[in-house]
Amino acid sequence: MELLRSLAITGTEEVLSVSGLILLLAAAWGGDKASRVISIASVAVLTVCAVLTAPALGNAAMGAGVSAWNGQFSGDAFAAFAKLLIYAGAAVTLIIAPAFFDRTQAMRAEFPLRVLCAAMGMGIMVSATDMLALYIGLELNSLAAYVMAAFLRSDERSAEAGLKYFVLGSLASGILLYGISLTYGFTGSTSFAGIHAALAGPLSMGATFGIVFVLAGLAFKISAAPFHMWTPDVYEGAPTPVTTFFATAPKVAALALLMRVSLFAFGAQPGAWQQIVIFVALLSIVIGALGAIGQDNIKRLLAYSSINNVGFMLIGLACANEAGAAAMLVYLAIYVVMSVAGFVAVLMLRDESGAPVESIAAMAGLSKTRPMLALALAMVMFSLAGIPPLLGFWGKFVVFQAAVQAGLLSLAAIGIAASVIGAFYYIKVVKVMYFDEAADVVQGKSDMAQRVLLLGSAVAISPLGYLLTKPLGVLAGNAAAALFHIA
Amino acid sequence: MSGFPILSLMLLVPLVGAVGCLMAGRESARMIALAATLVDLVLGAVLWSQYEIGGPQWQFQEHASLFAGFEWKLGIDGIALLLIALTVFLMPICIGASWKTIEKRAGEYYANFLVMETLMIGVFSAQDLFLFYIMFEAGLIPMYLIIGIWGGADRIYASYKFFLYTLLGSVLMLIAMMWMASEAGTTDIPTLMSTNFPAQAQTWLWLAFFASFAVKMPMWPTHTWLPDAHVQAPTAGSVILAGVLLKMGGYGFIRFSLPMFPEASAQFAPLIYGLSMAAVVITSLIALVQNDMKKLIAYSSVAHMAIVTVGLFAFNRQGLEGSMIVMLSHGLVSGALFLAVGVIYDRLHTREIDRYGGLAINMPAYALFFMLFTMASVGLPGTSGFVGEFLSLLGIYAQSSWVALVCTTGIILGAAYMLYLYRRVVFGVQKNADAAAMPDLDAREWAMMVPLAAAVLWMGVYPETFLAPMRKDIAGLEARLAQARPKGDADLRLGVMPPAASEHEHGAEMEHGAGTAHGLEAEHGPEAAHGEAH
Repeated sequence: MELLRSLAITGTEEVLSVSGLILLLAAAWGGDKASRVISIASVAVLTVCAVLTAPALGNAAMGAGVSAWNGQFSGDAFAAFAKLLIYAGAAVTLIIAPAFFDRTQAMRAEFPLRVLCAAMGMGIMVSATDMLALYIGLELNSLAAYVMAAFLRSDERSAEAGLKYFVLGSLASGILLYGISLTYGFTGSTSFAGIHAALAGPLSMGATFGIVFVLAGLAFKISAAPFHMWTPDVYEGAPTPVTTFFATAPKVAALALLMRVSLFAFGAQPGAWQQIVIFVALLSIVIGALGAIGQDNIKRLLAYSSINNVGFMLIGLACANEAGAAAMLVYLAIYVVMSVAGFVAVLMLRDESGAPVESIAAMAGLSKTRPMLALALAMVMFSLAGIPPLLGFWGKFVVFQAAVQAGLLSLAAIGIAASVIGAFYYIKVVKVMYFDEAADVVQGKSDMAQRVLLLGSAVAISPLGYLLTKPLGVLAGNAAAALFHIA
Repeated sequence: MSGFPILSLMLLVPLVGAVGCLMAGRESARMIALAATLVDLVLGAVLWSQYEIGGPQWQFQEHASLFAGFEWKLGIDGIALLLIALTVFLMPICIGASWKTIEKRAGEYYANFLVMETLMIGVFSAQDLFLFYIMFEAGLIPMYLIIGIWGGADRIYASYKFFLYTLLGSVLMLIAMMWMASEAGTTDIPTLMSTNFPAQAQTWLWLAFFASFAVKMPMWPTHTWLPDAHVQAPTAGSVILAGVLLKMGGYGFIRFSLPMFPEASAQFAPLIYGLSMAAVVITSLIALVQNDMKKLIAYSSVAHMAIVTVGLFAFNRQGLEGSMIVMLSHGLVSGALFLAVGVIYDRLHTREIDRYGGLAINMPAYALFFMLFTMASVGLPGTSGFVGEFLSLLGIYAQSSWVALVCTTGIILGAAYMLYLYRRVVFGVQKNADAAAMPDLDAREWAMMVPLAAAVLWMGVYPETFLAPMRKDIAGLEARLAQARPKGDADLRLGVMPPAASEHEHGAEMEHGAGTAHGLEAEHGPEAAHGEAH
């Protein structure tokens, strides 16, 4: 019976792996001609997984009730919340990818399979309640991601991005693994519950080192400063649909993982990691903001913006309480929508020959040539800057409110003051699109799927999105409560 | 009118109009914009007519729980009513001012203006702390676009400066608001207005709010964005910026800083006095040497806003009422002056004072209106400027005579730079042929000038219309501030006068002082007693 129960809890992972294998066979027989069909099938699989996951969102059962495989895996509301965001990000990637790759005949059937594989790895990451399960999930995701970054094999920038991502990612994995081994050595357990119990007493020096190394390894994965160096290069070099993917799904997975590790496994010793998180948060906000100022490539700019936004999310983690975690989840959900809108809009920037336009200067006067696209991008920029009444403000609002309620007033004040620096480069993009004379570079037509996605996400970040704040708050609160339930 | 969501409707009409403008071409966009603003003007008139003077403090309340963390909660008191009235009154005039001058991207232009109107009404009617903040901050986006797209040569620099200055000012206020909300357990503004925060916390909260309002107001030395923004904005942008946006700072002080943190307000009153005195003298002197008409009026705005702040921090009824009237009057007068500059700018496309001269000869009607607004700006009795400045300075005189002394020099300097401007532009010889050939006001310009002139005169001759709705609210605020009122350097004592003479005095003050002279006498009592006790 225990086996059946465990199988039921890891249902989505099984669906993903089995259908992934079947589709792999289909790809092997059908060749690259079948890539579109396989993409569609993969989106269908992700949809099924999302439907299977959704009921767990309101899951009141926590702790042992949703634990599978001898405490390796948890199917709680927190995992469900993160998984839905991950599946959404993965599905968006699959929807926008064909139009991008088709232009250079670069679409291959393995692309959707990589995405499915990564989605499964990320699902394991956010559900893991054991350091080893965590590591397997992380590597499964990373392996797929390294290949995706280098997917345009003939393109030098893409190859470089893949290599950089691989080298630095492996380094981070090594650091993480070292931290895990230290933690295991000083607590005698790899399960989160075991580590939590072992850390309840006085903290040994070795365990502190373990915590620091684990956090450093994870900070690489979420691209938080000072471990952010790879982000701009990888975001710029990777094909835009893959960049969209990196900015959404793996970011959600890594942040959710970080939350579960910090708040559950190391939850008994918040003092040991809170300072690190505060430092990383502020540094990410400032470096993300300052680094973006000199950028002339929109993808690099969005990369720095993601560093900046991770900093804001970490403020929620720094609170080390349920309200902070809930706020972080709300921010994460809003950030995914903003990223989708931003990158889809970037994908739609194409010149006459259909080649992608990435230079900010080439976007000059976009509001005259493509008013709706410019409007959507402007909304994304103001939203990322956190200017009300766009929804991006709400993410910052809940995070800072949690920080203020947790008594972290100076963190909140410094963080929000630094957000003004970020506003500078966001409004610079708006300035280029609206105030400058038209450069008439962007011409190309965009396909229907991209338009629909852009419209949907733009409506979601418009003031209408505030109508979603209530249900979103309830779901995030539920998920955060599951995280804090110590079995 | 109870139950009918008139405030929501006033917010919705321009918003719908804005969407319509985005879709429409130039011709239809301006018609839509004019229609939407006129509908809001009518709704504003209905609002005022239905407002029950002396009735409940908060009227037309609406409430809907739509969002997490804050609520859709609207309602107005007399202070908000007057500022909303100012907004809806100026908006159609702004649209009129843009009627011919805006050629490029007119749809977007009018859409931005209508969004601005929604947000401004929202700021004045919000009863939820965070709803207020959202409305307050959101105004940055349309104003940034208005300055940046339709502004003059240096528009980009001005738009950045405007955006970043005001954003930096506001974000700290947000943190303070969050702290207040978690401390008081509510985001309801009326409740917060009577919440007593610990004195230590008040100091920090006051400073955070001050950072925002001082930039918005703008107070010296954070005013430097204003001349840039004004000069570069299109005429209507300047009108709305000077007319209404600056009032958000004053409204913020009167709605938040004073009632919510009375002790801190008293503590920081000397800071306000110092900055205001500096502003009055320095910006007036700067205005005196300007060659650009818009810059001159922009600096005069800073000086007038300084009169508002000293009045607000006089902690007595005359000061508060006077500040409100100065705000309303300045909204009308500075708006009108920018409009007057716009009229000749449209003809000659320069704002340089030297390029004009002798306009009284070829533009007599224009000269007349310009004269009226100049006089109102100077504060000539019979115009709105006099009532407000007189009351404000009277209020501060009762509190601190030295501050009153320094700030009154602003009136003299104001007369100097305004009359000097008027002389150079309207009188003298017609030294420039192209300026001499400019035609007088056309029907559209008449239609914009006449209502402004009428309102300025009305407010100057019979200010009771504007004082009545807010009297009770000001009295409530004064009572709230009484506990914290600092001891000023003014040591007023009630003189002993023969009864007849006293009656005469009273009558005279009624005429000038807008019927609030009794307030002054009521004020004398405690002051005198205080003085004697020493």
